[in-house]
Amino acid sequence: MAETIALEVARYRPEQETEPMYEHFEVPFRKDWVVLDALNYIKDKLDGSLSYRWSCRMGVCGSCGMMVNGEPKLTCATFLSHYIPGPVRIEPLRYFPVVRDLVIEMTDFMVKLKSVKPWIIREDQKPLAEGEFLQTPEQLDSYKQFSMCINCLLCYAACPVYGLDQHFIGPAAIALAQRYNMDSRDQGANERLDILSQHEGIWGCTFVGECTKACPKNVDPAGAIQQYKLKATKEWFKDFLMPWRMK
Amino acid sequence: MKDRPVYTEYHPRWYRARVSTYWWTRQWKYVKFILRELSSLSVAYFVVLTLLQLRALGGGPISYGAFQEWLKTPLAIALNIISFFFVLFHATTWFNLAPSAMPLRVRGKRLPDWVIIGPNYIAWLATSAVVAWLILRG
Amino acid sequence: MARETGPGLSNVDAWSRKMDISSHDVLLVGGGGAGLRAAIAVSEVDPKLSVAVASKVYPMRSHTVSAEGGAAAVIKPDDSLDEHAYDTISGGDWMCDQDAVEVFVKEAPEEMLRLEHWGCPWSREPGGHIAVRAFGGMKKKRTWYAADKTGFHMLHTLFQTSLKYPQVTRYDEWFVTKLLVDDGWVQGAVAIELMTGRIQAILAKAVILCTGGCGRVFPFTTNANIKNGDGMALAYRAGVPLKDMEFVQYHPTGLPFTGILITEAARAEGGYLINKDGYRYLQDYNLGAPQPKPVLRSMELGPRDRLSQAFVKEMEKGRTIEGPYGPIVHLDIRHLGDKLINTKLPFVRELCLKYQNIDPVRELIPVRPVVHYMMGGVHTDINGATPLKGLFAAGEVACVSINGANRLGSNSLTELLVFGARAGKAAAAFAVEQKGPSSRVMAQALEEKQRLEEEFLDRTGGRERISTIRGEMQKAVEEGAGIYRTHASLATALTKIQELQARFRDVAIEDHSHTFNTELTAALELSFMLDVAEAIVQSALQRTESRGAHQRTDFPKRDDEKFLAHSLIYRQEDSSLRVEYLPVTITRWPPAERVYGK
Repeated sequence: MAETIALEVARYRPEQETEPMYEHFEVPFRKDWVVLDALNYIKDKLDGSLSYRWSCRMGVCGSCGMMVNGEPKLTCATFLSHYIPGPVRIEPLRYFPVVRDLVIEMTDFMVKLKSVKPWIIREDQKPLAEGEFLQTPEQLDSYKQFSMCINCLLCYAACPVYGLDQHFIGPAAIALAQRYNMDSRDQGANERLDILSQHEGIWGCTFVGECTKACPKNVDPAGAIQQYKLKATKEWFKDFLMPWRMK
Repeated sequence: MKDRPVYTEYHPRWYRARVSTYWWTRQWKYVKFILRELSSLSVAYFVVLTLLQLRALGGGPISYGAFQEWLKTPLAIALNIISFFFVLFHATTWFNLAPSAMPLRVRGKRLPDWVIIGPNYIAWLATSAVVAWLILRG
Repeated sequence: MARETGPGLSNVDAWSRKMDISSHDVLLVGGGGAGLRAAIAVSEVDPKLSVAVASKVYPMRSHTVSAEGGAAAVIKPDDSLDEHAYDTISGGDWMCDQDAVEVFVKEAPEEMLRLEHWGCPWSREPGGHIAVRAFGGMKKKRTWYAADKTGFHMLHTLFQTSLKYPQVTRYDEWFVTKLLVDDGWVQGAVAIELMTGRIQAILAKAVILCTGGCGRVFPFTTNANIKNGDGMALAYRAGVPLKDMEFVQYHPTGLPFTGILITEAARAEGGYLINKDGYRYLQDYNLGAPQPKPVLRSMELGPRDRLSQAFVKEMEKGRTIEGPYGPIVHLDIRHLGDKLINTKLPFVRELCLKYQNIDPVRELIPVRPVVHYMMGGVHTDINGATPLKGLFAAGEVACVSINGANRLGSNSLTELLVFGARAGKAAAAFAVEQKGPSSRVMAQALEEKQRLEEEFLDRTGGRERISTIRGEMQKAVEEGAGIYRTHASLATALTKIQELQARFRDVAIEDHSHTFNTELTAALELSFMLDVAEAIVQSALQRTESRGAHQRTDFPKRDDEKFLAHSLIYRQEDSSLRVEYLPVTITRWPPAERVYGK
């Protein structure tokens, strides 16, 4: 069993450099260590100036997404032992601007998330005194998968369309829109349709499918997008054939 | 050597990596994806070929004979074989992805993928068998 | 309730050349469950109020997201508010303020329903009604749940709903370092914008702290890296007392190395805790007799503090298993079958597979008690108001107290909603009556900016590593103020913490960058943690009785005569500590013996 493993970590200090470079570190190899443990070791013992995001270390907060050997991964859920003998190359999440070391700028996603109106839209408000909306387990099941998104942005890092065209609204935003569309309590599907059926909405997607493969929570954003394409197409035909139909 | 960094206090410059035009050559999964997209050209080729065939047919036995002669040339054979494999690739990737786009639910439970993929293949093979019988029996 | 203002901020221009200022009506520090609920509450009370939510992480990263088990509220016909109240009060070993508990159980169902209307995907019964399940310490089934990711769904629902309100301005990744207080009123805070390093003042007429607990003071904890007691330290340094700090809840089942929580729901569904002989050892500790199906408030569904204490006793008897990270016991859910595990406990299975390479369907899960929740916190009343005017607190950072000496599982998620809303409404009502902040406050803000630059950013030299001091603090606190405490262990811990506070002044900061400087934030977090650790240990030293989560082997009995009161610890001007006691509010339920297993 190896004693140490080598890490090649991307560094970028905007006050000192014009572009990123790689720094080499040797960290102890432990069978149950994940990549995040190695980064913490570097920060605690070797170089305190390494900057990266992390929080829950159990794959639910979505902070620690980075590129590990060219694949987008949650570093808290990626064992070092998978990469023995190494070296392991760690870079910030692809297709996002790099602020510093392994930290990316994610305002683009926050704007796009808000644009799809990810909240319950209703024409009539149900008073609390009437109790809960009834929703059977089957109805819950129809959108549950899409509600598991932790906003980790690995799908954006895996999506070549997003890489080539930053206007593309992206997998997670569409999956979350679909989560609300399919929720039996929501009545806002039409409002979201206007935003999503634009060119940078669902039609930018060419079903590469890498987003679903990268997703650590099995949200299947590619599936959400294709389902939405079918729905949007049906709506377009209905509008075309029956233009008098109220929106 | 690197240029001096342009940094104004409290205004860090974000680094944006350029995406190369050859981004898809870096990993095999992307090469497969591009080939899949390009396979639609083969589908288009067969459509055009069929239209040309119909036109030749409409022009009488001589033009149709010329068409058949062209089909026997090495170029045509090569094109057809390559395009045939691309179309196979196109069809199989399409069928395999179908369940993603159409999750069918019966009594609340989502049907397993093979229930959607299977009938597609069966229908394809059955249609091919019928067409082959029609063409070859004569 | 207007106050006298100092000279107004008329010379804003002069100040803004030295430091950036933003002004709002209400400032939330922390953007988790309580913070977002409070922000929405302020906006609903008065849509004209401008609300700022300043969080050191993006809101969906807040630690609320990790909560698994569920949130309790009475909705089933066979249940009653009084029973929920009684379970909470007896579970808290009678340290809960009963007026607060009564308000809590009364408002809980409405708050939870409101969240359902906002789209939270609660798990359902076949007919479509909200499903409830059993939970430790509760006599009736009243815990609402969203599979086993309740906190995740609650937080994302709250966050996505908060996007609807244009009057809420979010300051994502702004690290608050100090509260601005003048003339006995809180008037805002100083924060570092992590992206750029700019140190700014956010002025506000009311401030609500929602920064969560301080589990990272301990070495084994379910808490995320961001739980450093920031809000507690901010209030403490501003002269606000911290209440009941000695009550630290251990969760009996956490994975050994990572501290990751294995939810109580695994026991609620029928899991067994067994020692190295495969024996369900809880039956030896007055928690009832083993039954094939889980019985509420008995055996594995007993309260958390009793289960953690049972572990320590088993360890002393040598009946725990020696694992690579210390002593453990086993949680056995194999007999539940893979179908139940995959529907009701999918996250448990995923966690075990991903982090320990163990499949709970076929194997035993290694567990040990890990620090999970702080019952103590910033002293507030039932409206979330602290003794400092304009400062409010809600969530784990606050101590109202409804959790008393031991929190029942599934009460804290509900607490976020109920007290987040109450604090929001109270802060809104307070803010509308205030005029703007005084200019003296800006001088304080500038001073804080200079302090941060001199003491941290521009510092060179320094011989102590942040991680070393942090590790020693965690070890000292676990050994001195762990599950069982003695005068000697606590006194040793206190001396060590004071030594570490002195050594902290010599800490080395290698990162002098302005841009996303996480070494600076780690140092600031460590200084918060040292203050909070000191408060915990000192409060524990003064409470010479055993109650709930605070167990003194030198004072093993509960002492209602002297200690049916909350400890209030103050940091005085000269940095010395003062502890006072505030009697617990008893309304309808006189103290009795805590009994389980009957």
